[in-house]
Amino acid sequence: MCRLALKTANEPFSPYEVIQAMEAMQEGYDGSGLGLLLRGMEFEDFKYNPRFPILSGIAHSKKAEQRMDEFMDERGYELKYDHRFTMRPELIEAKDRYRYFLRAYRMPVEFKDKPQEERERELLLTRLALRKLGEDNNNDLTVFSFYPDVAMIKEVGWPLEIGNALSLWDGQIKSRVCMAQGRQNTNYGINLYACHPFFIEGIATMTNGENTAFVPIKDWLLGKNIPGYIGYQSDSEVFAHILHYTLKQLKLPLEAYKHIITPLSSKELEKHPQGEFLKGLRNVCRRLVIDGPNAVIGTLPDETCMLVMDQKKLRPATVGGRDGAWAIASEICGVDALVPDRDPSLDFQPMREHTVIIPPHRKELTIWSQHNQLPLPQAA
Amino acid sequence: MVSTQSVTVTPSSLSYTDLQWIIQHREDRCTLCGKCTAICPKGAIHLTYRRQRVPRVDVLSKKRGSDYKTFVGIRQRTKMANACIGCSMCSMVCPNEAITPVPNSNENRSVFFNNQKGEPNKRGGRRNVEGPTLLDRIMFDRISMLTDPALDAGRHEFNVTTTLGRVLSPEDFLDRTINGGWIPPTREIFPFVIGSMSFGALSPNMWLGMLQGVAYCNEVLGIPVVMCTGEGGCPPWVLRSPYLKYIILQIASGYFGWDEIIRAIPEMQCMPAAIEIKYGQGAKPGDGGLLMWYKVSKLIARLRGVPEAVDLPSPPVHQTLYSIEESVMKMVQTLSTAFEHKVPVYPKISASTSAKSVLNNLVRNPYAAGLMIDGIDGGTGAAYNVSMDATGHPVASCVRECYLDLAAQGKQNEIPIFAAGGIGKNGNVAQNGMALVMLGASGVHIGKYIMQAVGGCLGNEKNRCNVCNTGICPKGITSQSPKLYRRLDPDKVAERVADVYMSINTEVKKIMAPLGRSQCLPVGMSDALGIADKAAAERLQIKYVC
Repeated sequence: MCRLALKTANEPFSPYEVIQAMEAMQEGYDGSGLGLLLRGMEFEDFKYNPRFPILSGIAHSKKAEQRMDEFMDERGYELKYDHRFTMRPELIEAKDRYRYFLRAYRMPVEFKDKPQEERERELLLTRLALRKLGEDNNNDLTVFSFYPDVAMIKEVGWPLEIGNALSLWDGQIKSRVCMAQGRQNTNYGINLYACHPFFIEGIATMTNGENTAFVPIKDWLLGKNIPGYIGYQSDSEVFAHILHYTLKQLKLPLEAYKHIITPLSSKELEKHPQGEFLKGLRNVCRRLVIDGPNAVIGTLPDETCMLVMDQKKLRPATVGGRDGAWAIASEICGVDALVPDRDPSLDFQPMREHTVIIPPHRKELTIWSQHNQLPLPQAA
Repeated sequence: MVSTQSVTVTPSSLSYTDLQWIIQHREDRCTLCGKCTAICPKGAIHLTYRRQRVPRVDVLSKKRGSDYKTFVGIRQRTKMANACIGCSMCSMVCPNEAITPVPNSNENRSVFFNNQKGEPNKRGGRRNVEGPTLLDRIMFDRISMLTDPALDAGRHEFNVTTTLGRVLSPEDFLDRTINGGWIPPTREIFPFVIGSMSFGALSPNMWLGMLQGVAYCNEVLGIPVVMCTGEGGCPPWVLRSPYLKYIILQIASGYFGWDEIIRAIPEMQCMPAAIEIKYGQGAKPGDGGLLMWYKVSKLIARLRGVPEAVDLPSPPVHQTLYSIEESVMKMVQTLSTAFEHKVPVYPKISASTSAKSVLNNLVRNPYAAGLMIDGIDGGTGAAYNVSMDATGHPVASCVRECYLDLAAQGKQNEIPIFAAGGIGKNGNVAQNGMALVMLGASGVHIGKYIMQAVGGCLGNEKNRCNVCNTGICPKGITSQSPKLYRRLDPDKVAERVADVYMSINTEVKKIMAPLGRSQCLPVGMSDALGIADKAAAERLQIKYVC
């Protein structure tokens, strides 16, 4: 079972803090991978404009990097900043990592005044095209995300060693939100794309546990033919896509996510103020019901963070913090390490019906229950 | 010595050893009570006088001679019309265990004569093919072991219902919710449906006993079982009762019973569970229903609006329809309209190579609520033996192909596929049903299994009994003669329905729990399936394991 850690704070902090907190939970992973997602970026040597999309990934050879440069030029992207990690390659298990890149681009001119949706779609299509470029060339290019204010790092190995290998302790990169997952390989191959967090159009999730309903969900998502619903090297990738589908395709509020992945029983819905609507929603989204055991931690483009459990609550997760800094982790010791100066009596472990939401203002938690009224005036 | 010319031997003359079943009778135990000969549905045995030689010894002379005496004994008839069907009613009623039929282990020569007067063999039952079916050989091999702990089938909450009815895509559902569009009706049902068996094919005691059991399952046990009427309608009082909501009304090419149904619509207390339009069935694809004259009693004639004691063969197709567009569009829409668009309407077809075309038509029809596919192993009350044994298509690959076709279009939750045909043929009803669910069926229909488990039907694939068509059912399950069906107590039938469904419910949980599934039926969870047969694994796109 993997271990998860998320920290969100008003003051940007180094991802190394989160990796160190992961060490507190080291009994829960086997060193088969680390995934990091940073949101709300700050670079030591560059005044970053949060409108610039950041391309994150790995070029496995010089050729691949050149090919990527050419591709981005042709597509009309202007490179504004290219972050260079101080590398210690001897600490990395894999030997074909030519360069880890975090690059900020200015979008092509024609997208200057385009609506947000179109800009996001373009970034998604660019990321998919780059991913395909890598796949067509013997997997010499791996792309994790391409989105404003978001950076991602994924690598196979022990989390702290990866942090040291990339010198993440040096304060060159900081962010207001950082998600990290230490991977416990279970039933799928060790593959960079299988490392959490998973990312699509600004929405990211990471998960511990296994997804027993993976295949029917995957079949359904693949059949929808929605750009970006591909990959599935890990059974947890579908959680990110379901969240994306809920928010972007169905345009439902975040609270509806829980109703889709773990609908209430008919008996519970009979007492619910929007029971009829929710029964209908359960019916049409039945193939997206997850069957656990999972805890899903996610972040949205506006820096909202969230935590939900599967119906059986067979995976742990705790949230704790104070005004201005919050942490979600698989274990309490992880929360302790991330926000030590909090009142631990206010820590919260969500029950089967809860969605824990840390709003962007980070003042207090929102604990939303499925039994509450859904904020959906037009449908209800 | 008897001259051979005085013995009548015709081409159809058979001896006991030519028949499929030989009656074994023990003179030493027989009390000559006559119960066996009275109960035999085929008149295969009769009491007869016999002569026995008694040696005569004259002590005063050296002559030896014979005396004769008569006694009453039991003899088996060897005419085709009276051939024993192995139902064992004789041994059931015998107070002394003096009699029983035994299968002939040599050969069955009577098959060559099962066509007297040019009439090919007609019978009830299933395809006479024994042994484990493909479904029996499927294993559930994705076990939650250590990486994700298995669930506790006895203590966890399980949701094992399925949806019957058209399911919109989430986008359409929200659009119609916001803009006030029509949301197609759906039902949350238990995935094992009592398949279509008509009031006519079944005796009143069997049919009403089943309905009583189904109502008990719903209202007391909380297992939302539904049953399908088959082609023959419903008793008028049932149509006007609150139990109609547990009934799927079938309309087939003979339209039997539909006058009564249409008349009852204004007085219905509740809507039926669904409407099934039968275009074909697995046991006899390309054939309409058949209720032979023996079974068209006064009650059945009244219900179906036909004269008494006439054969009722339904046409192979709906006479008003000559193309799929018409069948699907016209009938589905008409029936949906008749019930104010509040009842799911779906077609039932025989599994065949053209099932996918039908399915794709349904996908484009907004009123179609599902597709029921009935495979070659399905049972029937009356059909030509050749249709039953040789015509049709196995259900597993047909359902799988249809499911994958829907999945490729991203519509696998929109048109639920129901499967039937041989589920529980060897008793593994929950395992067979769940294997089909994981191949992509939203649920299954079980008919023959229900007759066997609930009514005590004696039929099997060794051609035992299988006389449902002639109304002489020894258990009273498929007879319309009160003398026979009074043997079946409807209350006991209802009790068995409850027993069977409680047991299936538990077994379904015992299958789902090790897979780590409890929140919803694992429809299409093909990663949980394995089979020790490379070709089948490849065809079904599941794992080959050995």
